[in-house]
Amino acid sequence: MIDTEMLKVEAGENLTYNVQPLLHEIRHALATLLDDGGNTVIDLRSLPLAPGEEQKLLDELGQGEVYARLHALGPSEIVETRYPGVWVVVHYNSSDEVIGKFIEVCDIPGLLRSQQEDIRQGLEQLQTQLA
Amino acid sequence: MSKDETLGEALRRQGISRRGFLKFCAATASMMALPPGMVPAIAAALEKARRPSVIWLSFQECTGCTESLTRSHSPTVEGLIFDAISLDYHHTLQAASGTAAEAAREAAMEENYGKYILVVDGSIPLGNPGFSTIAGISNQSMLMETAKGAAAIISVGTCAAYGGIPHASPNPTGAVSVSDLIKDKPIINVPGCPPIPVVITGVLAHFLTFGAIPELDELGRPKAFYGKSIHDRCYRRPFYDKGLFAETFDDEGAKKGWCLYKLGCKGPTTYNACATTKWNEGTSFPIEAGHPCLGCSEPDFWDGGGFYKALSMPTEDITRTAVYAVGAGAAAGVALGAMNRARKKRAEKAHEKVTIDDLEKGS
Repeated sequence: MIDTEMLKVEAGENLTYNVQPLLHEIRHALATLLDDGGNTVIDLRSLPLAPGEEQKLLDELGQGEVYARLHALGPSEIVETRYPGVWVVVHYNSSDEVIGKFIEVCDIPGLLRSQQEDIRQGLEQLQTQLA
Repeated sequence: MSKDETLGEALRRQGISRRGFLKFCAATASMMALPPGMVPAIAAALEKARRPSVIWLSFQECTGCTESLTRSHSPTVEGLIFDAISLDYHHTLQAASGTAAEAAREAAMEENYGKYILVVDGSIPLGNPGFSTIAGISNQSMLMETAKGAAAIISVGTCAAYGGIPHASPNPTGAVSVSDLIKDKPIINVPGCPPIPVVITGVLAHFLTFGAIPELDELGRPKAFYGKSIHDRCYRRPFYDKGLFAETFDDEGAKKGWCLYKLGCKGPTTYNACATTKWNEGTSFPIEAGHPCLGCSEPDFWDGGGFYKALSMPTEDITRTAVYAVGAGAAAGVALGAMNRARKKRAEKAHEKVTIDDLEKGS
């Protein structure tokens, strides 16, 4: 019988030291958003993070007032963090596998808006139904 | 999807909303390792992209590359990439075989001459044409014939890119890579044993989006995925910089997740995206699972002197330097890097064949 305790790897505190700099980057992005409305998107898949560090970052950001769930090509979760203007966006495919994870600093993530093409198509459908 | 339909038209026909399309573009940008700010440009390009014909040839290979690809988060985003290309020939995945399959390949070549993408996995044996044939055609003549009309060639896996395991000393079949034989076509090397699935689809997506090949390094690999060493992006790097190493697979250092350099990790000389993109939906990668990197995306990784032999043992002095140089630690890394390359070269030269004795001597 394998002693699983032996196989456990401890995740050190602040292993890559990337969580603090990321929070500072988000702070700068928020200041920019206030200054000139500039948006920032951080792709979490492009950063070296130790096991547990992504969760630590998400815990630091916490959860705010908005939780939205999309259903477009599989589900997506769009959550405002406890810092208004900082959003966590997670895309899943139809098998619930994560296909993208982003931090967006903006007043509203673009995907939440109704899109021109979709509005036009919806209008056509409504017109057809009423005709 | 007909060949004249654009990707945007095809997605709308399938009832996919603009929101779905933008989500697809965001995931595609991430997959291509492009900054998220490029999503609008990608959306504009993909909207208009037309479906290219892809011919996939498998030579001396183990099918691991195809296995990796077919497990790439299907069935949505990368699945859509496959809706967006016309995979006209892939002898492992297609239903047809023998003459009928070869007829499909010839038809695709004729119809899309000068425009199709040729994907190759596996190395090509030059020792004897009979070592590997498909429908009685030798690998070499099939490659030369199919490459003629290709717009670009993607060598998927270390075998196609650099010869891989068949090319390992003493190379009994006389295996060579695609770029050893083809000199007049743009070739993108996507090495790895196997390559990370999203790297394969990311390169296809790049070609589909921009209609051109991505920026490559001196070994023909897309810089977006192979631009940084595993070591530079490794979350265990801070331990290396502090001189904290696991000495065996079950010591305190191993349990504490220290650097695996002394256990043979090839991270410092290996360029790939494993440390950030990771495997199995971004779950983990070998080093995170406690195993040294084998260096599978580098030429001749099989002859590198032993998977569990350290590239070069840091002497006590270097370790001490590394500890002192945490702030400006790059210098120690450079010195080790140079030693590693020299050592790797020596090991390659000295390596003739592996005997039981070699294995027992081990690391």
